[in-house]
Amino acid sequence: MSSLRRRLFLILMAATGLIWLCAVAWISIGSRSELEHVLDTRLQEAARMVHSLVMAGEHAPGGAAPALADTLPSTPLGYERQLSCQIWSFDGRLLARSSGAPDAALADESEGFSDHEVDGETWRVYTIVDPEKDVRVVVGDRIGLRDRLVRDLVAGLAAPALLAMPLLGLLIWWSLGRGLQPLNRAAKEIAAREGEDMRPVPPDGTPSEIQPLIGALNGLFAKVEAARAHERDVTAFAAHELRTPLAGLKTQAQVALATPDAATRENALRQIIVSVDRTARLVRQLLALARLDAGAAGAARETSIGALLREIVAAVPRPPGIRVTVDPALDAIVRPLDSDTLALVLRNLHENAVQHMVAGSIRWSVEDGARLVIEDEGPGIPGDELDLVRQRFYRGRTMAGPGSGLGLAIAETAAARLGARLDLANRADRTGLRAVVDLRHR
Amino acid sequence: MRILLVEDDPVLADGIRAGLALAGLTVDAVTNCADAQAALAGARFDALVLDLMLPDGSGLDVLAALRARRDATPVLLLTALDETTDRVRGLDGGADDYLGKPFDLDELAARLRALARRGGGRASPLLTHGGLTLDPATLSVSLAGHAVPVSRREFAVLAMLMERPGVIRSRGELEERLYGWQEEIESNTVEVYVHNLRAKLGRDAIETVRGLGYRLRGAA
Repeated sequence: MSSLRRRLFLILMAATGLIWLCAVAWISIGSRSELEHVLDTRLQEAARMVHSLVMAGEHAPGGAAPALADTLPSTPLGYERQLSCQIWSFDGRLLARSSGAPDAALADESEGFSDHEVDGETWRVYTIVDPEKDVRVVVGDRIGLRDRLVRDLVAGLAAPALLAMPLLGLLIWWSLGRGLQPLNRAAKEIAAREGEDMRPVPPDGTPSEIQPLIGALNGLFAKVEAARAHERDVTAFAAHELRTPLAGLKTQAQVALATPDAATRENALRQIIVSVDRTARLVRQLLALARLDAGAAGAARETSIGALLREIVAAVPRPPGIRVTVDPALDAIVRPLDSDTLALVLRNLHENAVQHMVAGSIRWSVEDGARLVIEDEGPGIPGDELDLVRQRFYRGRTMAGPGSGLGLAIAETAAARLGARLDLANRADRTGLRAVVDLRHR
Repeated sequence: MRILLVEDDPVLADGIRAGLALAGLTVDAVTNCADAQAALAGARFDALVLDLMLPDGSGLDVLAALRARRDATPVLLLTALDETTDRVRGLDGGADDYLGKPFDLDELAARLRALARRGGGRASPLLTHGGLTLDPATLSVSLAGHAVPVSRREFAVLAMLMERPGVIRSRGELEERLYGWQEEIESNTVEVYVHNLRAKLGRDAIETVRGLGYRLRGAA
């Protein structure tokens, strides 16, 4: 699980570490150049000091060498014998040297600063050439020592920083916890809700960073609530649609029992049969819708649309006045489809056409190889109701027919499940409905 | 009693009409709000049986329009909804009673009789005038304590005359009560029923007002 707190902690620690590292690098480079400057100046001073001693002493070269060491400044804190001094005659003899100074020449004849390697060590030297006295004074120190000096300086800076790092980490961790508290509060509030509670989370009091999240959550709550309201509506409709035929059945049964008249009784019994058939169909449709809503899609297999249509046409009873033609071109269309779902689409469109006609012809055909078309010669649908008829239980204002108001809703839902589109329009050439199942939208 | 039924389910509407006819009630049935409004504007009914979910709207709209016209016709709602809020809305909207589907035909008839009785301002379920007593629940008639057998249609004619004793009822009103709109009216049938009633209850029980109609002879 990715924790925002851990993520922020790592980012902050990495950033802090990087900044510290940069600071250390900067300090070490800066202090090194400063140190070089200071030490070079000291070398120069020391060389002049020794030179002036040589001038003042007028001593014979070679006699003063041991005493010379004591005149040289010594550096405390383990940096003893940092400076070494040599006095050379022009003919190349070593006249004097400080204690610890190497015997080999630290420099050649050139005057001023130079670097030289002696016995595997690199020296920084300053040379004063005095032709009058016939001497060269050479003062040098080891570069290695200089490096150590810089290292010790940087280490002195870095050690407390490294010690402070865990402390800083703790502080950051704790601050993040404090800072993220409003997020935790909002999360706790949502977590503590009842499943039924779809009230929006009040945005006040939440930090602006998580307001988009709260807004999205509230949007989701509203959507879920709307879906549930829709479900309640459908349930209420279903209750109405089932109880009305039940009331009809009971009433007709009571009439059949109570009437002394044979014709009335026979009529009542016929009505009962009609009502049972219609109710059975309604139950079948409700179950089909429930299955579609549950999203239990069947497996896709190669389906011949022509063959499927012929099965459906044969299975749906129709009055003798209605002719049905199925275009042979439909037989050529074989698609990998969930055939049960496709059958729901086609059957409900077919039943819808049959229901709204007394006589005439129903024609199934195909356009562009992928648009299944059914045209009937019924009354069509008033323009302002074309969008409403796909709603569940919508039966049209003027219809008092046997329809449940579910057929087109099922066709629409099933088509959507197949990824196809259902278009409804009134026929342009005559009255009647033209429905198109467009499989290209798959 | 003449009832207007507003119900879009053909089987249920047919059953209610046949069943209420057995109970001596005449039913005119319409299937949507618009037809209900037209029927209510054109005729007087003793009670209205109203389904809530209709193809062109809600029965509550019909009810609201009715009450807005100050029409006090008793209204019984047929509802398939469990929600109490719908019943409350119906009753508060001016309905007098409601029945949940599915219901019992006898209960529907009894409730309609009760509604008509209250609508007519009577406390007793029985219609009485002189020595004559009518029980709409059992379609029975008694004269001075003795039962008099009458047919359903004879009862309907007598009941209409007894609802407002002394008021003249025209032949047209009586025919409407007998048949509603859906049935074919046979000629002279009102005269036949009145003749039969006179034979059973005495020649002077029903008075013919020439050119206007019939009324019950003055109270005893």
